[in-house]
Amino acid sequence: MQLERELNPGKIRKEPRKKWGNSQKIAPYVFVFPFLLSFVLFFAYPLVSAGVMSFQEVLPGEVSFVGLDNYKALWNEDFGAALYNSSRYTLWTLLLLIPVPMLLAVLLNSKRMVFSHFFRSTLFIPALTSVVVAGVIFRLIFGELDGALLNTILHWFGLPSQKWLYSSSLGMVALVVLAGWRWMGINVLYFLSALQSIPGELVEAAQIDGAGKLRRLWSITVPLLKPITIYVVTITIYGGYAMFTESYMLWAGKPSPQNIGLTMVGYIYQQGFQYFNLGFGSAIGLTLLAITLIVSMVQLALTGMFRKEE
Amino acid sequence: MQLWAGKKRRITASSLAMLLFFVLLAILMLFPLYALFLASLKPATELFRYGLNVRLDVPLMSLDNYKTIFMGEGAAANYFGWYKNSLIITLLFTLLSLLLSSMVGYGLGMYRFKGRALIFTLVLVVMMIPVEIILLPLYKLTITLKLINTVWGVILPFVVAPLPIFFFRQFVLGLPKDFMDAGRMDGCSEYGIYFRIMVPLMAPAFGAITILQAMNSWNNFLWPLIVLRTTEQFTLPIGLASFVTPLGNNYEALISGAVMAILPILVLFLFFQRYFIEGLTVGGVKG
Repeated sequence: MQLERELNPGKIRKEPRKKWGNSQKIAPYVFVFPFLLSFVLFFAYPLVSAGVMSFQEVLPGEVSFVGLDNYKALWNEDFGAALYNSSRYTLWTLLLLIPVPMLLAVLLNSKRMVFSHFFRSTLFIPALTSVVVAGVIFRLIFGELDGALLNTILHWFGLPSQKWLYSSSLGMVALVVLAGWRWMGINVLYFLSALQSIPGELVEAAQIDGAGKLRRLWSITVPLLKPITIYVVTITIYGGYAMFTESYMLWAGKPSPQNIGLTMVGYIYQQGFQYFNLGFGSAIGLTLLAITLIVSMVQLALTGMFRKEE
Repeated sequence: MQLWAGKKRRITASSLAMLLFFVLLAILMLFPLYALFLASLKPATELFRYGLNVRLDVPLMSLDNYKTIFMGEGAAANYFGWYKNSLIITLLFTLLSLLLSSMVGYGLGMYRFKGRALIFTLVLVVMMIPVEIILLPLYKLTITLKLINTVWGVILPFVVAPLPIFFFRQFVLGLPKDFMDAGRMDGCSEYGIYFRIMVPLMAPAFGAITILQAMNSWNNFLWPLIVLRTTEQFTLPIGLASFVTPLGNNYEALISGAVMAILPILVLFLFFQRYFIEGLTVGGVKG
């Protein structure tokens, strides 16, 4: 104020300008307004409306309440297949994409590792591809022809060709390999950045105390990685149950044989946008919501329990 | 001295083993991209007949597949239209997202006001719930708002995204509040303080979020697939996926189109590696 008065003697004001809701009381609400608007319009309203629709049969120009019929209709083979596939996919991605990247990060972080930066970038490159492009590639790698890449490799070991995308377990292998390829580098980076914040003295102290390499890894590094591990587990579960495009690309947008590639979101897409069962589709959506909430809660309870032990 | 030298040699041996391991891993990770690139140079009939392989049949190689795209033959007629749509959507989405989510993050991080904790909780709730759950009502809403089959229909529902807000908030929490008071003393409005003083200070966060949102938008599939109804409006991923049909694949356009979708990203990655790595791992910031 003082300064302004000196610089602009002609424009003396008692207070800073008041226009545009310019006060410390109002400004924060202006700043957060975009979120509030977006939240109400594009999140809360659709969520409530999904809840309502799940009890309705929605036909063009005609909406009627059908009680719990949509939820009762969930008890069918397709839903079972979708739930089974999504859960199985989530489990396998967890098993592949937590311990392996953690180990790779520990190796890359080791003082003995040379060209660490180069490898970190190289492992990261698959993350730059879209799921669509990755899907195109892996669809071909897992091709059923004798000359397709993976079958060629099988032949080297004297194994017969496989029809990869026609069987439930082999199809799952294709999905998990695709996910592993795209996500490995990102998860390695998460663990690496957490490792780099571990103070070196801690490890050295343990070394002086005579702790071996494995012992140091298990008793110092792994526990210190817990916060980032919880985060990576959370996004992996989230991504696992939300998976759609991978399966859409591998099976060319058509129903996979015996629904081996049907996922929860794929089922919502199929019912909502291909058969226009908006009510039933919403019921699937809300069931998916319940499942993800339960899984998250279980995970939080487990990690909370670990905290008590410490 | 001798002991030291001995130790050093042992270190070299084990780092050699590690080096070898990572070289093999790197080859494995890059192999699918190499296979795609190689396939894009071979006649599509090869691919159709024998599947994806890595035989180097130099006499067979040509740029014919790329010609399909550049001449806009058959299903590839719209390829560059899709490219343009993807560029426009990515640009608008990223710019708007930067402006809006930085504002919200700044508001939540810099000010103490009634409802702040509640709003931040709502941000976390949105972050925790998969959007796929509300696809159907969101689709109906998009129709009601007359946004179906438009660029804005793709952009608006997700432009104020929770993860960037969260990231900006964390970043802003680490900025000194003294600058605000200094700005006020100089007669800056609250918004002037934000645009003139704080935005420059938030530059590193802007860098990371630019990459995050641009990549999300460039690669986004499910929502544009739902919103965009006509071929002319498709984005690149939707267009590429449309080459894969139950009736048979348009391999020429599919393979070369996929290479051309990934190529610009790879080139940008070479120059802005650090930003890519920061941007795609912003979720890891400590809460």
